[in-house]
Amino acid sequence: MSTEVRPPMVTAEQVEKWFGRTQVLKGIDLEVAEKEVCCIIGPSGSGKSTFLRCINHLEVVDAGRLSVAGELIGYRQRGDKLHEMREREVARQRQDIGMVFQRFNLFPHMTAMQNIMEAPVRVKGENRAVAQERAQRLLDRVGLGERADAYPSQLSGGQQQRVAIARALAMEPRLMLFDEPTSALDPELVGDVLDVMRQLAEDGMTMIVVTHEMGFAREVGDSLVFMDDGVVVEAGAPREMLAAPRHVRTKAFLSKVL
Amino acid sequence: MSSVERARRPGSRPGAVKAVPVRHPGRWVAIVVIGVLVAMAVNSVVTNPSWDWPFQLENAFSTPVLQGVATTLWLTVVAMLMGLVLGVILAVMRLSPNPVLTGAAWFYIWLFRGTPVYVQLIIWATIGALYKQVSLGIPFGEAFVTFDTRTLIPNVVAALLGLGLNEAAYMAEIVRAGILSVDEGQTEAASALGMSRLLTLRRIVLPQAMRVVVPPTGNETISMLKTTSLVVAVPYYELLFNAQAIGTRTFRPFPMLIMASLWYLAMTSVLMIGQYYIERHYAKGSVRTLPLTPVQRLRQRFTRSELR
Repeated sequence: MSTEVRPPMVTAEQVEKWFGRTQVLKGIDLEVAEKEVCCIIGPSGSGKSTFLRCINHLEVVDAGRLSVAGELIGYRQRGDKLHEMREREVARQRQDIGMVFQRFNLFPHMTAMQNIMEAPVRVKGENRAVAQERAQRLLDRVGLGERADAYPSQLSGGQQQRVAIARALAMEPRLMLFDEPTSALDPELVGDVLDVMRQLAEDGMTMIVVTHEMGFAREVGDSLVFMDDGVVVEAGAPREMLAAPRHVRTKAFLSKVL
Repeated sequence: MSSVERARRPGSRPGAVKAVPVRHPGRWVAIVVIGVLVAMAVNSVVTNPSWDWPFQLENAFSTPVLQGVATTLWLTVVAMLMGLVLGVILAVMRLSPNPVLTGAAWFYIWLFRGTPVYVQLIIWATIGALYKQVSLGIPFGEAFVTFDTRTLIPNVVAALLGLGLNEAAYMAEIVRAGILSVDEGQTEAASALGMSRLLTLRRIVLPQAMRVVVPPTGNETISMLKTTSLVVAVPYYELLFNAQAIGTRTFRPFPMLIMASLWYLAMTSVLMIGQYYIERHYAKGSVRTLPLTPVQRLRQRFTRSELR
């Protein structure tokens, strides 16, 4: 049996991003292995959400290289020249990368079921019956099997976020990105969403989670990254880092949030 | 003692609120004043023979008037459809990242919104004088097929082009406002799922934009219903022209103007009812419970009174 060396799920090399004259990412290096759960923490404005959005090309990187499963995101390399990808090709890449947003972003004119079925049916051209069956399974899995016909406005924030997770999973992604998934929720609703994410991690999903939930990072995360002012200040094993941060900025941040 | 215990004093449980309502003397004054004015108006409308109600009734359902009503209605529907389809295309062009498309859409809106629709109708009617023939072929080169402009654009087509192309400029701005009203997170979520720009527009953005688009479009439709009376410039004959023709022939123009106005009012009322139901349809998902339709409200009132 050959031991095939698989590329890491996500590789970022010196990723830079500018918004006008402000540089928000100042050379990010990061590697996330398959089945790894990587949590990113840091003060607001540190660039962690921007970095996450670069991974599925919602933001375009200005310098450096970013690839998912060994494939460059948004560009194709021919010789030493980079070619921009067509919209269709970018869309193709995004199908493998699920994303969950802070503000859920469910489609308000569709029921929970329709939200989940939309992309598999319209993008992949999947059979409606097959898509519906999977959607129902996913709804059961996030504990909302009974609410298939509810519109987002009829669901609580926590329920909406769980539907949003199910919607992302319906495309059977290889990688899931979470952009502060519990920040817009009432405190008593956070637990249900984190439980779903914990289950997902146990099932072996590769996840990158931008979060303020230190408990989740400690218990579920395989690695922890602290970002500040557009750079990765410190990275390591969550338990050790949270217990004994090495860098002063990490110490200062953790003393405020823990 | 906790704040709850302090608030709940023993033996003093406040009962239901039975307050003396505020009096509104101003309302009574208004009722009297408006009542008198309405009585005077009704009296004059009924007693003044110049309104000539029997003559109006006699003609209201005559063939030329009914034909005029039909023409007005279908001109309105077709022109609005043209305006809507072209308006959506123009709005999408204006919001596209391609500067040439944006510029072209801007120019179209500038031109068609900035000139009177009456003039546009005349131009479409007389374009045959400007271009005798229209050809399909290589630009600046050989022509494959040639049409005579007058046969290509008969009066009815000129009327529709004038109304529809003008309307598209207004509808483009209405649709653009609707698209801009949809949260950007919706587009992002759709892109993240791998949906293309066009699919996102069709399935996610436009259905949500409709909530904002429908009310002003109802406004435009009602406006169009009356603007169709300008197609006499082409000339093409609809309700107002036919009514006036009867008035002129019988030397009684005034009653015929009133009769035409009543027809316009009737058609507008029907359109307003249609608009109510379309708005209700697109409110789906944005409100927790849909408002009751008037029919449902009536039924509810009946069942409730039966219970009593």
